[in-house]
Amino acid sequence: MDLSISVDNLLQALPIMGMGMLGIFIVTGVIILIVTLLNKLTSGSDKSDKE
Amino acid sequence: MWLIGGVLIFLAIKKQMEPSLLLPMGFGAILINLPNSGAKHVIDHLFNIGINDNELMPLILFIGIGAMIDFAPLLTNPKLMIFGAAAQFGIFFTLCLASFLGFELKDAASIAIIGAADGPTSIFVAIQLASNYTAAIMVAAYSYMALVPIVQPPIIKLCTTKKERMIRMPYVGKPVSKLTKILFPIVVTVIVGLVAPDAVALIGFLMFGNLIRECGVLDSLSETAQKVLANLITIFLGITIASKMTAAEFLRIETLLIMGLGLFAFVFDTFGGVMIAKLMNLFTKNKINPMIGAAGISAFPMSARVVNKLGLEEDNQNFLLMHSIGVNVSGQIASVIAGGLLLSFVQNIIGG
Repeated sequence: MDLSISVDNLLQALPIMGMGMLGIFIVTGVIILIVTLLNKLTSGSDKSDKE
Repeated sequence: MWLIGGVLIFLAIKKQMEPSLLLPMGFGAILINLPNSGAKHVIDHLFNIGINDNELMPLILFIGIGAMIDFAPLLTNPKLMIFGAAAQFGIFFTLCLASFLGFELKDAASIAIIGAADGPTSIFVAIQLASNYTAAIMVAAYSYMALVPIVQPPIIKLCTTKKERMIRMPYVGKPVSKLTKILFPIVVTVIVGLVAPDAVALIGFLMFGNLIRECGVLDSLSETAQKVLANLITIFLGITIASKMTAAEFLRIETLLIMGLGLFAFVFDTFGGVMIAKLMNLFTKNKINPMIGAAGISAFPMSARVVNKLGLEEDNQNFLLMHSIGVNVSGQIASVIAGGLLLSFVQNIIGG
């Protein structure tokens, strides 16, 4: 393959970086919310298994 | 290639760098590069059935990894997942750099995912995208995972002040119910599967392993997955990857570039994790030691240990291990999400 500086390739990748980081933070945020909710809902459910 | 194989074996034995993978890879590199090697077709066959056709080996290895991970530190403080997300920055930044340097998008994405610090995810993405540089990517991914204790400390020190590194974070061990531990792998699988269907195999197998561990009724299977299964796959994975380490495929200038880009990805992953912690410190009352952000790369548990060690170097009573372990396991999940999102975006663009 012939490697050379390519601004076109960079312009194609930049939106992927933006969407990728945004996507990770959104998914992470949803998981954080659900885990927090789970912790609250199940906090008194099985004391014997708590660490 | 014999020399490279020898170097890998040396690093595995003498330096104990990821020996379970670098040793089989090194020996495999010698084996398949012998003139008229009769082993090549066997290893090629292993590669085709175990990796190329369906990514079976990395996926099965993920069951073992999932069974090894205790997500309790993360479940105790789910906000730690933010650092895992931020520490994927290096992946996307490297995607841009590799693209700028002229790599095709599918290759740039496969190279970038070295920054996931997660061998199976790197293999999965590179194979799914049919990258031309699979071998170099795999070697780079596993080499840098082993080099975490060398690569991360200077970057962390460069991004933080001594005062920041001395911030103490008392650990309050909150109880986590068994039900939460059981529901967590199922919930994460469903969420990630809905958002990034291409990653559902990876996250699904990882979480399946974790469910076996946490369900409490499959201790024998959990132990087998953690030890026997993971070891068996690891033995074959290393030597199978070597099928791509022929001189024609490996000895080219792009391999050096890929090694450089992989390092770049690790550096900017670390940078991203540390910087988000510093940013959060601007808005929070209870200050966070920004070093724990660096544990967001999924090299588990090396990265968490590095952070803890750095904390103790500055203040011998500053124990950050529980926080950094929580961030580290969140990085494991975030790297798979990053891999899935990258696959989705790139496949949409290239029409794969």
